[in-house]
Amino acid sequence: MNKSKLSFLRRRKFSGDLIFEGLVGLFAVFVLVIAFLLFRELYIESKLSRNAFGFGFLTGSIWDPVSEVFGALPFIFGTVVSSFLALIIAVPFSLGIAIYLSELAPEKLRAPLSFIIELLAAIPSVIIGLWGIFILAPFIRDYLAPLLSTYFGFLPFFQGPMYGLSMLTGGVILAIMIIPITSSISKEALLTVPTQQREGALALGATGWEITRIAVLPYARSGIFGAVILGFGRAIGETMAVTMVIGNSPRISESLFAPSYTMASVIANEFVEATSKLYISSLIEIGLLLLLVSILINIAARILVSRLLRVEGGGRA
Amino acid sequence: MKLKIAIILILAGVLLAGCVSKQPAEVQPTTTVQPTKAPETITLNGAGATFPYPLISKWSSEYNKIKPDVQINYQSVGSGAGIKQITAKTVDFGASDAPLTEQEYTNVSGILQIPESIGAVVVAYNLPGIEKGLKLSGGVVADIFLGKITKWNDPKIVSLNPGIKFPDEPIVVAHRTDGSGTTFVFTDYLSAVSSDWKSKVGKGKAVNWPVGIGQKGNEGVAGLLNPKIISSQKYSIGYIELAYAKLQNIPYAYIKNKAGNFIEPTLETTASAAAGAVSTLPAGDASWSSVSIVDAVGNNSYPIGSFTYLLVYKDQTDQTKSKMLAEFLWWAVHDGQKYSSELLYVPLPEAVISLNEKTIKLMNYNGQPLIQG
Repeated sequence: MNKSKLSFLRRRKFSGDLIFEGLVGLFAVFVLVIAFLLFRELYIESKLSRNAFGFGFLTGSIWDPVSEVFGALPFIFGTVVSSFLALIIAVPFSLGIAIYLSELAPEKLRAPLSFIIELLAAIPSVIIGLWGIFILAPFIRDYLAPLLSTYFGFLPFFQGPMYGLSMLTGGVILAIMIIPITSSISKEALLTVPTQQREGALALGATGWEITRIAVLPYARSGIFGAVILGFGRAIGETMAVTMVIGNSPRISESLFAPSYTMASVIANEFVEATSKLYISSLIEIGLLLLLVSILINIAARILVSRLLRVEGGGRA
Repeated sequence: MKLKIAIILILAGVLLAGCVSKQPAEVQPTTTVQPTKAPETITLNGAGATFPYPLISKWSSEYNKIKPDVQINYQSVGSGAGIKQITAKTVDFGASDAPLTEQEYTNVSGILQIPESIGAVVVAYNLPGIEKGLKLSGGVVADIFLGKITKWNDPKIVSLNPGIKFPDEPIVVAHRTDGSGTTFVFTDYLSAVSSDWKSKVGKGKAVNWPVGIGQKGNEGVAGLLNPKIISSQKYSIGYIELAYAKLQNIPYAYIKNKAGNFIEPTLETTASAAAGAVSTLPAGDASWSSVSIVDAVGNNSYPIGSFTYLLVYKDQTDQTKSKMLAEFLWWAVHDGQKYSSELLYVPLPEAVISLNEKTIKLMNYNGQPLIQG
C-alpha cells in the first residue's frame, strides 16, 4: 500500500484516522523500545562478567560457580548442536507433512489434519518435557540408542553409555516442538504456488512426484527456508522441555548419548540461587549471547530469503 | 481498493472504540494491593528458600488461627532471591538454606540469622536387589561424585558392605542442576570429609560437577533414583532431601559418621548432629558463615544436615509490624516446632531454641526490645 493511494484520505482529515495512526504507530515503536531496553539492560548488567573474562567467556569451557570461573562454550555448543539436530530431524518430517497436506491429502482430511498439527504447537513445553522424561527418554535409552550404537557405533556420535537424558533426547524433543511451526508455514508456502505451475508440469507429462519436485518445491523455496529458520529460532530459545531431558551437564562431548546443557537451560536453572555478583553477571551475559545469536540468525535468514526472492525474479508468492 | 481502505478504517475505528472503552478498566491497579480484608490485618511478607516452604506455609495457616489479624505471606523464590529481597528491605523476613557468606553478611548490616529448622540430605540409590542397608563412608561418596569410583563392585564399596553382592555395572551419578540449598549441604559435607573434593570442586549452591547427569529439583533427581518410576535409571546414585526420600520410599545409604558408626538418616539422628554443634554456634547477630553441622560429632549423629535460616533486621522500622514479626518468630521457634516432624523436618534441639530466644530479644524498635523478658 503506497502513500499516494492514502493521500486522498489525508485530505479529508478524519480525526479518527490520525488517532488510529498515532496509536498503531505507538504500538510498533513500543516493541522496538522494549527490544532496545532489553538489550541495554542485558549489556549493562553483564558488564562485570565482560570485564572479568572478555572474549575468553566465549571460549572458556569451565563453569565453576564456586571458584567463580565462567566460560560459556559448553552452553553455546549445547544450544547450537541440539538445535541443528532438531532441524536435521524436523525438516524432512515437516516437508513431508507440508507436501502431503498441500498436494496429496484428500480434500476432506486437509483441514482437520492441519488443525491437529497446529494444535501440537499449543501444548505447553513443560508438558512435552514431562512426556520426554517419562516416555521418550526411556524409549531412546532402551530401544533407539542400542539400535544406533549397533548399526552406527563406528561413528563417534553414537558411542559411550546412554542414560536417556542426553543431547540426542534433547534434539528429538526440540524436533517435535518445531515440527508444527515449520510444517504449517511450509504448507502455506506450498499453497501459494499458483495452480498454473502444477498444470504446466502436468501438461508436460510430469508424474505427481515430478510436479512437486520440479514445479512446486523450487517455487516455494524461500517460504520453506523461512519456515526452517523460524523453527531454528524456536529451538534455540526453547527452555523448559529441553532442560528436562538434556541432562544438564556443561561438558562438550562428540557423542550424542552424552548429557549436554543449553544456554537457556543454565539461566533457568541457576539464576534463582545465584548470589555472587559475578555469577549473576555471567548468567546475564549468557542471556545477552542468546539474544545476539537469535538476532543474528534472524538477520541471516532475512538476507538469504530476500536473495532467494531476487534470484526467482521478484517472486510473486 | 478505496472500499478496502474504508473497511479497514471502520474496523480500526471499532478497535479503537474498544480500546477506549476498555481503558478505565485497565487503569485500575492490579499489582501489590492486598485483597481488602478487615482493615487491621497486618501482612508479614517473607521470601527465600524453597526448602522450608511447606513448614512456613503450615506455620502461616496455624498462626493465622491463633492470631487472625496477622497474615504471613511467604514466597519460595530461592535463597538467593530471599537474601536479595531482605537486603533491599522489600520483605519483612528472608529465608536461606545456607548462612550468609562473609560478604553477604557485611552487605546487610544489622541482620539476625535465626535457624528455624534442620534439613537432612540423604544419599539415595537405585540398585536392583539392594533395597536397603547400603553402607557408605564420606570418602567413598566423594570418590563416586568425583568420578574416581566408577563401578558398583569397586573394592572400596564392597569392603564397606560385607555380604552384599554388587553388580559389575557403571555408577550413574545424578545431581541437582539448579542452584539449591540441598547441593550446598551435600557439597559442604563432601568438602569436610574429602580434601580432594575440597580442592577440586568445593562447596556451593551450584558447583562444577566432575561427572554425572543434572536434573532440576529434588523431584528431578528422584525421577532417576526412584525405581518405581519408568524414567528411573538403574545403578544410579544421587542426593535428595530426607523428606523426599521418605515420602517416595527411595532407598538411601547409611553414612559413616565421625565416630565411625553407620547412621541411618532420620529426624532423630539429624537432630543429634545439630545438638552436637550447638556449643560452636555464634550469637544471632554475628556472622554464621562458617557454621556447619556436617560431619558432626556424636555417636548417633547423621553427618549430612544443615540449619535453614530466617533472616530479619535487628533494628526494626515499623512499630506495629515489628512487634507482630517478633512475636511470630518467637512462636515459630517454640510452638511452631511441633509441626516439624509431621512434615519431616527436624525439630530444633532445646539448646538452639534458647540461642534463638536470645537472638529474637535483640530485635528492637527505636531501641525498645520487641520481646520482653
